[in-house]
Amino acid sequence: MKFTLSWLKDHLDTSAPIEAITEALTDLGLEVEEVVNPAARLAPFTLAKIVHAEKHPDADKLRVCRVLTDEGEKQIVCGAPNAREGITVVLCKPGDYVPGIDVTLGVGKIRGVESHGMMASERELELSDEHNGIIELPSGEVGQRFVDWLAVNRPATVDPMIHIKITPNRPDALGVRGVARDLAARGLGVLKPMPAAVIKGGFPSPIGVAIDADLKTKGCPHFAGRTIRGVTNGPSPDWLQQRLKAIGLRPISALVDITNYFTYGLNRPLHVFDANSILGNQLFVRFAKSEEVEALVALDGKTYEMRPTMMVIADAKGVESIAGIMGGEVSGCSETTTDVFLESAFWDPITIAATGRALKINSDARYRFERGVDPAFTLAGLDLATQMILDLCGGEASDVVQDGAPLDVSRAYKLDPARLISLVGMDIPEAVQRKTLEDLGFTLRGDMATPPTWRPDVLGEADLVEEVARIASLTKLQGRPLPRVSTGVPRPILTPLQVKERQARRTIAALGYNECVTYSFIDAEAARLFGGGADAVRIENPISSEMTHMRPDLLPGLLRAAARNQARGFADMALFEVGPTFAGGEPGEQNLLACGLLIGAVAPRDPFGSRRAVDVFDAKADAEAVLAALGAPARVQITRKVADWWHPGRSGAIGLGPNVMATFGEVHPRVLQAMGVKGPAVAFSISVAAVPLPKAKTPTRAALTLSDLQAVDRDFAFVVDTKVEALTAVNAALGADKSLIDSVKVFDQFTGEKAEAQMGVGKKSIAFTVRLQPREKTLTDAEIEAASAKIVEKVSKATGGTLRS
Amino acid sequence: MDGLDTLKAKYLTAVAGASDESALEEVRLAALGKKGEISALMASLGKMDPDVRKAAGANLNLLKDEIDAALRAKKAGLADAALDERLRNEWLDVTLPGRPRPQGSIHPVSQVMEELTAIFGDMGFAVAEGPQIESDWYNFDALNIPPEHPARQEHDTFFMARAADDARPPHVLRTHTSPVQIRAMTAQGAPIRVIAPGRVYRMDMDQTHAPMFHQVEGLAIDRDISMANLKWTLEEFCRAFFEVPSVELRFRASHFPFTEPSAEVDIRCSWEGGQLKIGQGDSWLEILGSGMVHPKVLAAAGVDPAKWQGFAFGMGIDRIAMLKYGIPDLRAFFESDLRWLRHYGFAALDMPDLPGGLSS
Repeated sequence: MKFTLSWLKDHLDTSAPIEAITEALTDLGLEVEEVVNPAARLAPFTLAKIVHAEKHPDADKLRVCRVLTDEGEKQIVCGAPNAREGITVVLCKPGDYVPGIDVTLGVGKIRGVESHGMMASERELELSDEHNGIIELPSGEVGQRFVDWLAVNRPATVDPMIHIKITPNRPDALGVRGVARDLAARGLGVLKPMPAAVIKGGFPSPIGVAIDADLKTKGCPHFAGRTIRGVTNGPSPDWLQQRLKAIGLRPISALVDITNYFTYGLNRPLHVFDANSILGNQLFVRFAKSEEVEALVALDGKTYEMRPTMMVIADAKGVESIAGIMGGEVSGCSETTTDVFLESAFWDPITIAATGRALKINSDARYRFERGVDPAFTLAGLDLATQMILDLCGGEASDVVQDGAPLDVSRAYKLDPARLISLVGMDIPEAVQRKTLEDLGFTLRGDMATPPTWRPDVLGEADLVEEVARIASLTKLQGRPLPRVSTGVPRPILTPLQVKERQARRTIAALGYNECVTYSFIDAEAARLFGGGADAVRIENPISSEMTHMRPDLLPGLLRAAARNQARGFADMALFEVGPTFAGGEPGEQNLLACGLLIGAVAPRDPFGSRRAVDVFDAKADAEAVLAALGAPARVQITRKVADWWHPGRSGAIGLGPNVMATFGEVHPRVLQAMGVKGPAVAFSISVAAVPLPKAKTPTRAALTLSDLQAVDRDFAFVVDTKVEALTAVNAALGADKSLIDSVKVFDQFTGEKAEAQMGVGKKSIAFTVRLQPREKTLTDAEIEAASAKIVEKVSKATGGTLRS
Repeated sequence: MDGLDTLKAKYLTAVAGASDESALEEVRLAALGKKGEISALMASLGKMDPDVRKAAGANLNLLKDEIDAALRAKKAGLADAALDERLRNEWLDVTLPGRPRPQGSIHPVSQVMEELTAIFGDMGFAVAEGPQIESDWYNFDALNIPPEHPARQEHDTFFMARAADDARPPHVLRTHTSPVQIRAMTAQGAPIRVIAPGRVYRMDMDQTHAPMFHQVEGLAIDRDISMANLKWTLEEFCRAFFEVPSVELRFRASHFPFTEPSAEVDIRCSWEGGQLKIGQGDSWLEILGSGMVHPKVLAAAGVDPAKWQGFAFGMGIDRIAMLKYGIPDLRAFFESDLRWLRHYGFAALDMPDLPGGLSS
């Protein structure tokens, strides 16, 4: 919403400086976005008078003037032909910046004569293009500020434009008068009375109006208008054009400019039809037809197809206007228009909003009607606008024709003065509270307050509190401590899952990964590669083709990030993210994953040969470290049941029975290729919620039992088929004697051609060490041998292998 | 006795002259070995008169101890010299780099979320969460934004696709964290104090906007919580978060459908030399929106507005992270540029807490 200060002063009697006004506006909730103040650059200049002028001794076209200024008499050399004794001029002193010539003045010497400043032309002050001579003012006193003189004599030249942001609840402030009312309530002036115009119609309107029964209760409760004949639609007067230009509107013609003036001045959008383009003697307000598609070429030159939920104004030949949003081109006014029909109506905000949105029309009328105009101002606005048309365009007005009646919005709420203290914490006397509301247009009867018809947003007692607090200024609010919930040390506040999320994040970072936050929506192709991309998780209105589907997994985002970093020249990286993935499109179909991605080498090249390519066992170790940090049990199952974006032979799932906690492995080469990542890449993905919470509810640890007896380590090597998994052997060995065997650890495997040459085709060897921990007495050789024999037997049976000799 | 002195001089000279351990061992054997010269003299003591033996024995023992001590001292000296010699050869170029250790980092958004949790946790606020695909009822209606309310349009909402045979209004990507207010109150009732940090989505992408960003919602409902409590809470938060001795906040009247009264909150700051300083200066910086929870919102969440009241606020997490840590560009938060992650990230063990200071 834009307006000028002089426009505001049409409604507000105030002497407050612009700075005070803008500060108050922002504080009142009418946030000032911009002030364009032409006076600012003219502020230093003052009026002066030439008391004597004579020819420069060394130049024919220059004059040496003695000028009376607020600082006494000064000598100024001037080249203007009109510089002569007795005239009142505009003085620019040394040190002043002159905008039109982009110069900061100094004391100069012109052909040997000192000059203390200059007398300006209009062009030099950017007032107009006039540069035939210096400004000669017909009035004004020496020393007076030029801007003050302009404000009185040529106000439009120094009229500041103020641009404020209007929140959706304040349609009344979409008119200058509403803004003025707020300022008056704040105490920055007095709201001037609204001029009343009562037009006596000279003849019955040849065009009648009728609202269809479907619309009368909701869509259009009230529609009024009148014919004005014999108008002359030329350009509007300068003052009106300047106002519109100042707020960024293009003056078009007197009739159009008048409707814009009412839209911005009083939040009363109007429409003017060319009466001679209307067929028949009636305008119908109705929904667009459902049996046929009605189309209209609107004032913006575009064709709109009307749907049956949209309100139109139609004549005998069809739609002439999109009700409350935009008129039609055919029935619009031009310079040749002589007879018009002026419309003033009240439209239902919801229907207007839906129509405007569907047609994608953003007009000033839609903007106001969908927020709500004053339903009680329909007729008064019509009369005021009629008066202005008669004043500016001549003509003769008919009687008013109307259908329906002003929407009854009367309601009242109880004003409880104590609510202000309890809800806001401000202490304001009841009398002041009542006066504030009255200043805003509320009617008070006893303790009941009736909001004015222009405030559709006031819908309860809390709104009364808000209005009083707002006008009193929230800036004055003093903070008051929020009492603690409980005395003493604060209790923990995070849920177990929230704690686990943090532990996962910190652990992965500690393992050397850099945390990323990638978008929750990804492109369709990436989503499909990771089992997503269904319609249920599709975004109806994506902002780009890269962001069309909610991500099914964190890996695609990390892989895309990896590809971007590879393109920047980074070959080695460890990236991770902890965040939500979306299994479906319903609220809650959301999982928390922690996912790490390793690409390239584990370390940079160094003198010690630390560099080697990352592999599956890096990812597995990291996954296990995170699971351990999250409190997962040590005994888990490793399966090969993984999704198809993993390398089928080099990936695994870590689970507890059917509950899969994590997946690790190489990312499938085909997926890497599709995502533009130079591989190989290994990764892990942990479902944070799938890690069971520890069963123990106490911080107490289990007792530590230490044996003084020497443990015995025995190494075993088995020849097995190449696809026998080490874990099978380990579990078999562990099961050989549960009380005696403390741990089984794989320390070697021998595979490949050399191994097969030694042990036979399709064979490999795995070696592990078993630690035997006696509990009661030192083991004898016989006991050790017995245990070993049992291990050999169990492992052979489980793996089908033999002890390597 | 001259004999002994000679002997002593002989062996001490030999000890001193031994160049390595084997030479020294030879000297030891010659003097003190079983067949050594001094051992032989000791053996000859038995044949002496008891009177003479006593004096000669004492002298011999003295000599033996003296030579033994010299041998030991020399042995230690030789070992030291040998070690010194070895160490002289064990020179390494210590300017070589240490063995590489991977250096991970925490994203500023995660770090700031933990800072928020530390501060508000101390004030008794729990952390609430809610779904990011949200029904339009939770995202709008329950927050007093009915379907045709202009505020809905201003939210630049992402809508989820809706199957043709599904008549429900489409779900949305939550445009703010405010729906968590409703879910938390519905689940827990009043009194309640929660913050709800998380991802939110708006259809907006330019220099200063990303289609996804992070917000934190704050909600405190009790019998008599007022806007003055809100102001104090935010002042305390800002002072603690920005780690400055004091802050000044300015409440400006505004409008949010879900609060009444509503206020935008500015913080006093200066931009001297292009550097933001919170808590001093002549400028004001808008940092959040807030207000007293609208009675309709309480009612929508099943909390009786006649008995309960309180405040809510919403703040951009990325934005306050940018302000606090001097991060210039919002969109870079989500680009995962390794250089950015390493520069603006935080160490894994850099866990914010109040006793140690949030960012120290």
